[in-house]
Amino acid sequence: MPDYPAAYKYTKEHEWMELNGKEGTVGITDYAQNSLGDIVFVELPKVGSSVEKGKVFGSVESVKAVSDLYSPVTGKVTAVNDELTSSPEKINTDAHGAWIMKIEVANPAEANDLLSKDAYETYIKEETH
Amino acid sequence: MSTAAAPPALRKTALNATHRRLGAKMVDFGGWDMPVEYSGLIAEHMAVRTGVGVFDVSHMGDIQLRGPNSLAAVQRISMNDASKLKEGQAQYSALLYPNGTFVDDVIVHKFSDNDYLLVINAGTREKDVNWVRQNVRMHGAHVSDYSDLYTQLAMQGPKAVEVLRKLTDRDLDGIKNYWFTWGTVCGLHNTLIARTGYTGEDGFEIYIPSDVPTSERVWSEVLEAGREFGIVPCGLGARNTLRLESAMALYGHEISDEINVFEAGLDRYAKLDKGDFIGRDALEAVRAAGAPKRKLVGLEMTERGIARDGYAVLSPAGRKIGTVASGSPAPFLKKNIALAHLPIEFSAPGTEIAVEIRNQPVKAVVVPTPFYKRSKK
Repeated sequence: MPDYPAAYKYTKEHEWMELNGKEGTVGITDYAQNSLGDIVFVELPKVGSSVEKGKVFGSVESVKAVSDLYSPVTGKVTAVNDELTSSPEKINTDAHGAWIMKIEVANPAEANDLLSKDAYETYIKEETH
Repeated sequence: MSTAAAPPALRKTALNATHRRLGAKMVDFGGWDMPVEYSGLIAEHMAVRTGVGVFDVSHMGDIQLRGPNSLAAVQRISMNDASKLKEGQAQYSALLYPNGTFVDDVIVHKFSDNDYLLVINAGTREKDVNWVRQNVRMHGAHVSDYSDLYTQLAMQGPKAVEVLRKLTDRDLDGIKNYWFTWGTVCGLHNTLIARTGYTGEDGFEIYIPSDVPTSERVWSEVLEAGREFGIVPCGLGARNTLRLESAMALYGHEISDEINVFEAGLDRYAKLDKGDFIGRDALEAVRAAGAPKRKLVGLEMTERGIARDGYAVLSPAGRKIGTVASGSPAPFLKKNIALAHLPIEFSAPGTEIAVEIRNQPVKAVVVPTPFYKRSKK
């Protein structure tokens, strides 16, 4: 079971975000990819579009299910990982490395509400019991 | 990620603890706690297409009709012609309502002139048993619900015959598709061995006693015998994608109490000329009218997107013309496919339509079915 990087912040919807100043990098956690199973489709947001904290910015689909993606913070999409269009399974093999979007974060303080590694690990342990 | 025990309200097969021990992801399927996948849906699907997989399908039901009027009883409730069956032969059929829609689909096995086994769906067990009991009363055939007595295992794939060969004395090459026999399997005498399945591949279903120790022992022996062929346990996830690639019906999707036999494209299994049966008159009326108003068709996405159950199907002009009955990525074909009942004017292969995915029309085309057919060797 891969580690949850301590440098990342996490959401209850199982997204992770790495924040460097005003640049946020977002993906989904290993717990999420494991729940979904084989990922076959990723719907990426458009570069230049706005995302809002807690709102849907895209989706990830496995063979069996569609899972909406919720933005951890508010901001503007500066880059998307186009590799995921042809190789969505990269999220399964390396969820914490296969980033989905990069955003210019409007208000970095919003990240303070997110879960730390320890808080997230506690959260998912409770989810499975 | 499975917890140690099943939620108390759900029904369990004898192999429930085994599936959980193997780390299966479990799901509520029609009130049953069932494995949806073990190692991964795609891997399991591909194992069945290229090698062999084994499924626990014990949640399915088993109704036996016996007595001197058994054939008459079966002929009344089942749309296919059971009088054509020889001993040891099975046929796909359905139980219909008087309006020609489906109670359930079924596989009818002829044990003898006075003895038939109907294998029915898990989600419709009680409904089917009640339906059969009510409707064969006049014939005096004896109806037994043996659903809980059997653990049913399906070994499916080109190597399935090689696996079963190691576990039985019976000559399997003598059993043709949709025929069955009895033999000793894993030391169990008089085990029903049927060359049937729901995957579009060659394979066998075996019916063994449903006590936990026997079920666990046979399951382990099957996995052990299949090891050299790369056997994997397969869950309901792969079961669904396999049957979808083969365009096989699932109750509540392609067939239901709101869809008639012609609309479901299953009229070749309805023998209207065999004599009267429940639903015959309604089907005769559809036949006399020339065609049903809508028909089940295969769809293939031509733009990027996955059509799923319940999504709207649109005409090129954007008008809703139907609903996806079943839709999913197809792991072997590597396409996104679906089945939907569409108005007759949109049912010809090559017809361009669209599927509404998250409020956007995404292009698709009508294609012939089945999407996948195994090669005859």
